[in-house]
Amino acid sequence: MIAEAGLAALWLAAALAAFQMTLMITALRGEVAVARTMRGIAIVQGALSLISFAMLLLVFARTDLSVALVVENSHSAKPFIYKVAGAWGNHEGSMLLWVMILAVAGAFLGLFSRRTSERTLIAALGAQATLALGFYAFLLIASNPFARLSPAPFEGQGLNPLLQDPGLAFHPPTLYFGYVGLSVAFSLAVGALLTNEVDARLARAMRPWVLGAWIFLTLGITAGSYWAYYELGWGGYWFWDPVENASLMPWLAATALLHSINVLAARGALKAWTMMLAVVAFSMSMVGTFLVRSGILTSVHAFAIDPERGTFLLALLAIYVGAAFVLFALRGATLKEGAPFELVSRESGLVVNNLILSVILGVVFVGTLYPLFVEAVSGEKLSVGAPYFNLVAGPLALVLAALVGIGPLLSWRRERRPVLKQLTVPALLGVTALVITVIVAPGIRILPRLGFSVAAYLAAASILPLFGRNPLRTPLATWGMAVAHFGIAVALFGMAANAAFTSERLAVARAGEILDVGPWRVQLQDVTPTAGKNWTALEAELKASRGQGVIILRPQTRYFSDPPTETSEAAIETFWNGQLYTIIGKPDLGGGWQLRLWWKPFVTLIWAGGALIALGGALALAGRLWLLRRRRKADADDWRQVRYA
Amino acid sequence: MKPKNQRLVLVIAAAAAALVAVLLAMWGLKDRASYFYTPADIAAGKAEPGKAVRLGGMVEKGSITRQADGVTIRFVMTDGKAETPVTFRGITPDLFREGSGAVAEGRIENGTFVADTILAKHDERYMPPELGNLAAEHKAGKTLEK
Repeated sequence: MIAEAGLAALWLAAALAAFQMTLMITALRGEVAVARTMRGIAIVQGALSLISFAMLLLVFARTDLSVALVVENSHSAKPFIYKVAGAWGNHEGSMLLWVMILAVAGAFLGLFSRRTSERTLIAALGAQATLALGFYAFLLIASNPFARLSPAPFEGQGLNPLLQDPGLAFHPPTLYFGYVGLSVAFSLAVGALLTNEVDARLARAMRPWVLGAWIFLTLGITAGSYWAYYELGWGGYWFWDPVENASLMPWLAATALLHSINVLAARGALKAWTMMLAVVAFSMSMVGTFLVRSGILTSVHAFAIDPERGTFLLALLAIYVGAAFVLFALRGATLKEGAPFELVSRESGLVVNNLILSVILGVVFVGTLYPLFVEAVSGEKLSVGAPYFNLVAGPLALVLAALVGIGPLLSWRRERRPVLKQLTVPALLGVTALVITVIVAPGIRILPRLGFSVAAYLAAASILPLFGRNPLRTPLATWGMAVAHFGIAVALFGMAANAAFTSERLAVARAGEILDVGPWRVQLQDVTPTAGKNWTALEAELKASRGQGVIILRPQTRYFSDPPTETSEAAIETFWNGQLYTIIGKPDLGGGWQLRLWWKPFVTLIWAGGALIALGGALALAGRLWLLRRRRKADADDWRQVRYA
Repeated sequence: MKPKNQRLVLVIAAAAAALVAVLLAMWGLKDRASYFYTPADIAAGKAEPGKAVRLGGMVEKGSITRQADGVTIRFVMTDGKAETPVTFRGITPDLFREGSGAVAEGRIENGTFVADTILAKHDERYMPPELGNLAAEHKAGKTLEK
């Protein structure tokens, strides 16, 4: 019954989405009065999809083995949290989560949006419902999560043990909030292009959604990076895996949008450009979903391989992105540019930011899709990895980070003050850092060396916009910007330190033997068997010391039986200045064990930087929402006038 | 600047950015895309020595030997038609086994494939897409041999 209720809710939601589409068309033909019900329907549609998803959670929580999806992805012996999380750890469930967030975002837009004109809001809600309809169709036709299995088996097949980790419970939903939050920016842009109302008001309505989505994307990418770091046991934080790029590309586009939307909100300029970015950002989310969910890539993440679904998703992608670009081409040229600005101004700074981010997005996009393109054309198989991405994106990212220090100091419209003078102290810090790395570590490569230098400069430059201001009177958004930009410097320092000073040791050790790595002496005490709820393991006991104090690390190799799998559980010890990362490998014939040890100085700063960037976004969002609240009354009056005119 | 000129400048800047991105990507991809080969391709000399490539195949039964240092292994990768010797220094991934599929990243040096990374399937269901056909072909080849 539960599964049927979920399926019924899904069908109803799809029907409502289709109805919203027709309402939108009616409204655009001038009969706005007919479409007054749009808000209410959007809210009901969101509620129905939420019910559908809740039903899926319930069948997973109860391990209902008459549902095919549960059988394929769960097992009665799994810890409860992973039973529930298993609901979205698979293709169908994650697509349902996707469309649920999409519909609920539409409902929230209907509930809270007071800033755009009614016509634009109706068009945007219609666009959002049109997006949802395609994905409802995808679920109902090609990926029904509630399909029954008869006869029901006695036991499920289990969940990939790599996914049985707290990271799984947190990571995909976070990214999806980000992906799908961008859908609202997309729908608002499409709505405004349809009604020819691209203006500062629209930008202010769109901004909280973009900020919110961007915060989730930032958190999702940071968490995903840490998950890969400790769970895969390869000691790296970013592999340029296509699935990682699938989350990076929407983030790059959203970052550009986040900056250009401020120009539109404050100055009414960059209209076409901002609408374009809103379309591109969500298109990148859909490309990401397509790449991950179609199983088209060679990747550790590509679990499902099903060409039919891939084709369906590709068709959806082509229709939505194609239609949005056609609309943009028809309407974009007629948009009037807002207030003019001069070559040296805040606006120009943000344009440069956007151009560099777009170029980075372009090279990541080409590099990620190139293997698919080549295989489709010539049948040859190839992969594009870190050497390419680091080469083309690394220097651009460094240039961008250097410019981040300058942009916020510029004033709107035109800059007459000698801005570069303010940067004397940061520039001196950057040069000092450069000189220190040359003296202390003459052997390191150029990119990490410049990374240290830019990080030192940016750490100082990013807080300059706060100087000379009353901290209590400074808007939260300005604080947020400074914190986020400071976060870039922190992450950059972590990456440079990791690239330049990581020490690694790979060797075979018997019990009692000592290995040195970086400043550490690590002694293998013993290897003993141990067990958990649904796994058994071999666990090494390592005694590590650097001068004073001894710490114990216990890396494991775990064996899961359902499905039969081995995973390596790294033991990681965090210190203020780095992490000691240990892995146990295979036994050798002479009674020794393979051990892999890393000393990674300041590696944690990479994720701390990511968290700071997200925190900066959160501060800005809080500030913006607070301002919106204060202005709401005026807006509500405005709204009533339109409504009852 | 007049609004009209401003728009023109912005359009030109956007077009230039797109062009730069494409040119930069083409230049970067020229010798940094690593091609995927099978042992038969290697035997036919398709892979240039020293250039980063990927090698996919099945790990030959009984071919894994461990070297004296305990962390270097040698094994033979096969696709049923040809064989390539591989050396790898490191901890092999979970489920890297004789008789199952694997992909190695590395380069050809003196007729041996020196792997930097080895990817194996992560669970019973996961198979690198490139190996999907290969496994089927390999099975077919085996039946022919018999």
